[in-house]
Amino acid sequence: MGSAERHPTISEELPVTTIDRDTPVLSLRSRLGRWDAKLSPYLYVAPFFVLFALTGLFPLLYTAFVATQDWDLIRNSGTFVGLQNFADVLSHRQFWIALRNTFSIFALSTIPQLIAAVTIAALLDRNLRAKTFWRMGVLLPYVVAPVAVALIFSNLFGDDYGLINNTLRDLGLNPIGWHTEPLASHVAIATMVNFRWTGYNTLILLAAMQAVPRELYEAAAIDGAGRLRQFLTVTIPQLRATLVFVVITATIGGLQVFDEPRMFDSGGTGGPDQQWLTVTMYLYNLGWGQFDFGRAASVAWILFLLIVAFGLVNLAITSRIASTEGRRS
Amino acid sequence: MKRRRIALGVDSRPGWVVYGLLVTVLVASAFPFYWSFLIGSGDASSVNSPDLSWIPGGNFLANAASVVDNPAVNFWVGLRNSVIVSTTVSASVVFLSTLAGYAFAKLRFRGSKTLLVFTIATMAIPTQLGVVPLYIAMVELGWTGELGAVIVPAMTSAFGVFWMTQYLRQSLPDELIEAARVDGASMFRTFRHVGAPAARPAAAMLALFTFITTWTNFFWPFIVLDRNDPTLPVALSLLQANYFVDYSIVLAGALLSTIPLIALFVVGGRQLVSGIMAGAVKG
Repeated sequence: MGSAERHPTISEELPVTTIDRDTPVLSLRSRLGRWDAKLSPYLYVAPFFVLFALTGLFPLLYTAFVATQDWDLIRNSGTFVGLQNFADVLSHRQFWIALRNTFSIFALSTIPQLIAAVTIAALLDRNLRAKTFWRMGVLLPYVVAPVAVALIFSNLFGDDYGLINNTLRDLGLNPIGWHTEPLASHVAIATMVNFRWTGYNTLILLAAMQAVPRELYEAAAIDGAGRLRQFLTVTIPQLRATLVFVVITATIGGLQVFDEPRMFDSGGTGGPDQQWLTVTMYLYNLGWGQFDFGRAASVAWILFLLIVAFGLVNLAITSRIASTEGRRS
Repeated sequence: MKRRRIALGVDSRPGWVVYGLLVTVLVASAFPFYWSFLIGSGDASSVNSPDLSWIPGGNFLANAASVVDNPAVNFWVGLRNSVIVSTTVSASVVFLSTLAGYAFAKLRFRGSKTLLVFTIATMAIPTQLGVVPLYIAMVELGWTGELGAVIVPAMTSAFGVFWMTQYLRQSLPDELIEAARVDGASMFRTFRHVGAPAARPAAAMLALFTFITTWTNFFWPFIVLDRNDPTLPVALSLLQANYFVDYSIVLAGALLSTIPLIALFVVGGRQLVSGIMAGAVKG
């Protein structure tokens, strides 16, 4: 490889290779060599950790401090108010509506998306012609920015002239108030999330499916299990760890959903009656609409705790589902 | 004669039902692109027409021109800024992750295990929730509205470090490093001539991912950047903010902003697919 380009001369080789460990007097060069070996690893990880501590970790912890302050933007500092911000937020009706919407959008995007991703992955796991073509095809939506996805789908879900309502009318059905009914708006926003992420998760699940030993299928086939039964008793239990991973990732991202609901109409406030206001949008409105940083920080911490708690619940549920499937076999 | 695979039941060629379903999935993936082009190539009146033609009109370039010429949207500034931000962030993430990943995978040092576990644990923390103090810090530094405010917080990635560590652990034999050291190469020289070349495939994938993630990122740039000096998604968000929304222009803009990433996908989509699939098995 690259290191072979220049062979060192004998004299260069001596200090490192022939020094006895117990030699009392070390040449400067070999002493430097030892320091080099000792310190280098720390120097290599230091830039990452220092920068990460400053820009990732410190802000998260400092959020807890700001949350206890009544923040003054002019002085750019605050006065201690204890847990007042948390109390204010928790007694604010909008917060609870935002929480409801967030969970609703999360459920509508995670559950159908997982079912779709597992199904498509099972199709891709077959012995297809032009494998790469199909795989790239399902991943294509991933390159569209959420903002662009939201612009496109807001048009498709338009109340008056959108393609979907036009089609419903053509079929003699009633158009749906995508921008008026809370649940309908959640479905529309969840559709945007699903559009962008289903293919991505499909590929993750496909990789896990391909890691399932083929002998397991052959054994099941010999036992007389059909394709569907093989899928339920062999594939799904083997996907357990991957499903847990996908659900946890979806939880972290899903509970912070912002771009799609923000861009769902031209106002960006989450609808006239907060039909699709999410927690992160609520945080944004507090912070950069009302410039109340103390309360915005308390929302950030509440959201953080929710993500942790909800992530643990999902971990438990996913593990259980996957392992009961396993027991059935 | 063509050599035929033995039909074992498991590996037999699937029938037309499977291909039919996959075609449906692909149509669903591609439809929003076609729809954007269809609407984006019409005009304001054709958007609202109930009997819509499925043949694209001839106005796409005119609509695209009114996106890039709209003084309220700052499309070119947004494009330039997105290129600067995404390139800088990708370069930094790849460099810092390769360096740290190499140390974690191949060098022995006190505390390495703890630090690595710590790094993996932070992957689960939504650092996006630190936006309030981050903004306060940017005000303090006078960086609000500057690209640095978007670049610097994104320069590190815990995922990147984890990714490079996993890759180098599996693909770089210890013997190569030892050989270089025995030959008298310094630690950094060994990294440059042995570690970095071995890391190249994983580094390319990490660069691709980071580029896409940074390019499509909206929340933090939207908070910290000025409307007249935006990144592309922030510029794009302003297309819809007018009192009158002409969707032929909005969707032309949505498609226009996606073209750079579609080009990237055409070139690197294969790597992206194998990157996601490799990451899944290891992660």
